[in-house]
Amino acid sequence: MDDKKRNLQFFKPDKTTRSSLELVDGGISAGFPSPAEDFKETRIDLNKELIKNTEATFYARVSGQSMEGAGLDDGDLLIIDKSLEPIDGKIAVCFIDGEFTVKRLKIGKEGLLLMPENKKYKPLKIEEENKLIIWGIVTYVIKKV
Amino acid sequence: MYALVDCNNFYASCERVFQPHLNNKPIAILSNNDGCVISRSDEAKELGLPMGAPAFKYKSFFAEKSIHVFSSNYPLYGDMSTRVMNILRQFTPLVEHYSIDEAFLKFDVDKATDYTSVGKQIKERVFKWTGMPISIGIARTKALTKVANKIAKKYKDRTNGVYVIDAEEKRIKALRWIAIESVWGIGRGHSKRLQSKGVKTAFDFTLLSDVWVRSEMGVTGLRLKKDLEGQPTLELENDVTAPKKAIATTRSFEYTYSNLDNLKERISTFAGSCAEKLRKQHSSCNFMYVFLKSDRHKADEEQHRGGLLVTLPYPTDSSLTLVKYAVNAVEGIYKYGIKYKKAGVIVSGLVPTNARQLDMFLEEDPKHHSLMKIIDGINNKYGTLKIKIANQDLKRTWKMRQEHLSPRYTTNIDEIIRVK
Repeated sequence: MDDKKRNLQFFKPDKTTRSSLELVDGGISAGFPSPAEDFKETRIDLNKELIKNTEATFYARVSGQSMEGAGLDDGDLLIIDKSLEPIDGKIAVCFIDGEFTVKRLKIGKEGLLLMPENKKYKPLKIEEENKLIIWGIVTYVIKKV
Repeated sequence: MYALVDCNNFYASCERVFQPHLNNKPIAILSNNDGCVISRSDEAKELGLPMGAPAFKYKSFFAEKSIHVFSSNYPLYGDMSTRVMNILRQFTPLVEHYSIDEAFLKFDVDKATDYTSVGKQIKERVFKWTGMPISIGIARTKALTKVANKIAKKYKDRTNGVYVIDAEEKRIKALRWIAIESVWGIGRGHSKRLQSKGVKTAFDFTLLSDVWVRSEMGVTGLRLKKDLEGQPTLELENDVTAPKKAIATTRSFEYTYSNLDNLKERISTFAGSCAEKLRKQHSSCNFMYVFLKSDRHKADEEQHRGGLLVTLPYPTDSSLTLVKYAVNAVEGIYKYGIKYKKAGVIVSGLVPTNARQLDMFLEEDPKHHSLMKIIDGINNKYGTLKIKIANQDLKRTWKMRQEHLSPRYTTNIDEIIRVK
């Protein structure tokens, strides 16, 4: 080994203290400052607008036209919130007799009815023997136009 | 006070949320590659289906007993788990995500709190919001919550799935009820030795002297004893933000491999996946364990299970480095003529990447760091594994066997439920 290499010394940077510089936001420019700078807001976020409870939110796809009167068409996307209470007049996704269905809840003196919104379909009165699960409440319908 | 929240038959319950007609029906979930049974509904347990039953041996059993079989649907289970954990966090910020379906909660001590009603509230909210049935055990220590949880599950009708050990008589009664081999943290070896010493229940265990437990079972055993005695000794491991201590990628193969090149390809992929997981949590590893296993269910074939622990020259999170050492390891483990069924890579000795010790002469090419960043960026943007290491065969479309896979109801918009 030659002398030069033997005399090589290593130094470790001292990282025990830290100095930092302020970040100047907005950049440095010679022109006019942007007049919009002070009025900036975050963009509209549909997730925030349409979903109140992310942990309880699920999605479903409409199959068929039984709720066309309520604006739910075949292929539409439904946003469902399981945390909401099933009350009279709400549109709910229910599981009955082995399949999922979406209908409007009618809760009255005659008990619980699942109301379609299409003349071709009949209301379904829920009897003891029907195994019904009110799975979630529909909060929005999203459709492609 | 601590609580242990445990999802009842978690995987089966996840499937039931989206297929409610399976409520009260026997369900079995198979491991990756449809290898063996890893989760059973209560009904399937009652039919005598054992845990770990190899699927190929139980095909006719499933059919005869009308057991509904599912491949494991981890995207679904992972999302349902996140939902449950996030709801638990609404009750206390101190949540230890213990496993995919279990969490420890810690509540600040407040004598006035009616913990039974808190437990009920948690249970109702989780069920209403996600459809997931849970059991809750509440007590002064973590080990006791485990016992309380077992009671809640065993006597579902009486407890409604919530049991609180909040008095000395209850603690003693619970400990007398639970067999030593069922106590959390007592392994098979210890429970055998304890039984031979006449220790049959958790209560008997607490009667042993501290000195004996310390010398025979180490400090871990002693901590457990204190915890069971009602002195909080086992702390909440706040892994909420803390990175994992070891990371593994292991798989059973659909077919067996006896060709070294095929195994190198698989191991490269696993090592790459470990490296990616390391980078996600900003850790680097000091050790890597690589293993190969033959199919132990095929008694007529020559068996071989081999593994190699590689000490890496420096902590790393580089796919290139890990793949290189993993491939070397496979060459060392591999035995000609063996039909390998399972393989994996486990990395451990994790340190934060930004704090890893620099060694001027061994440090890997600093270009790895920026290269990995770019690779991760591209893979994130365009879907997983668009960029691979050359050892990973690009033409191979290696697929897990998942014959009974249910839709990814919550993570893929094309697979959501359909409603009429």
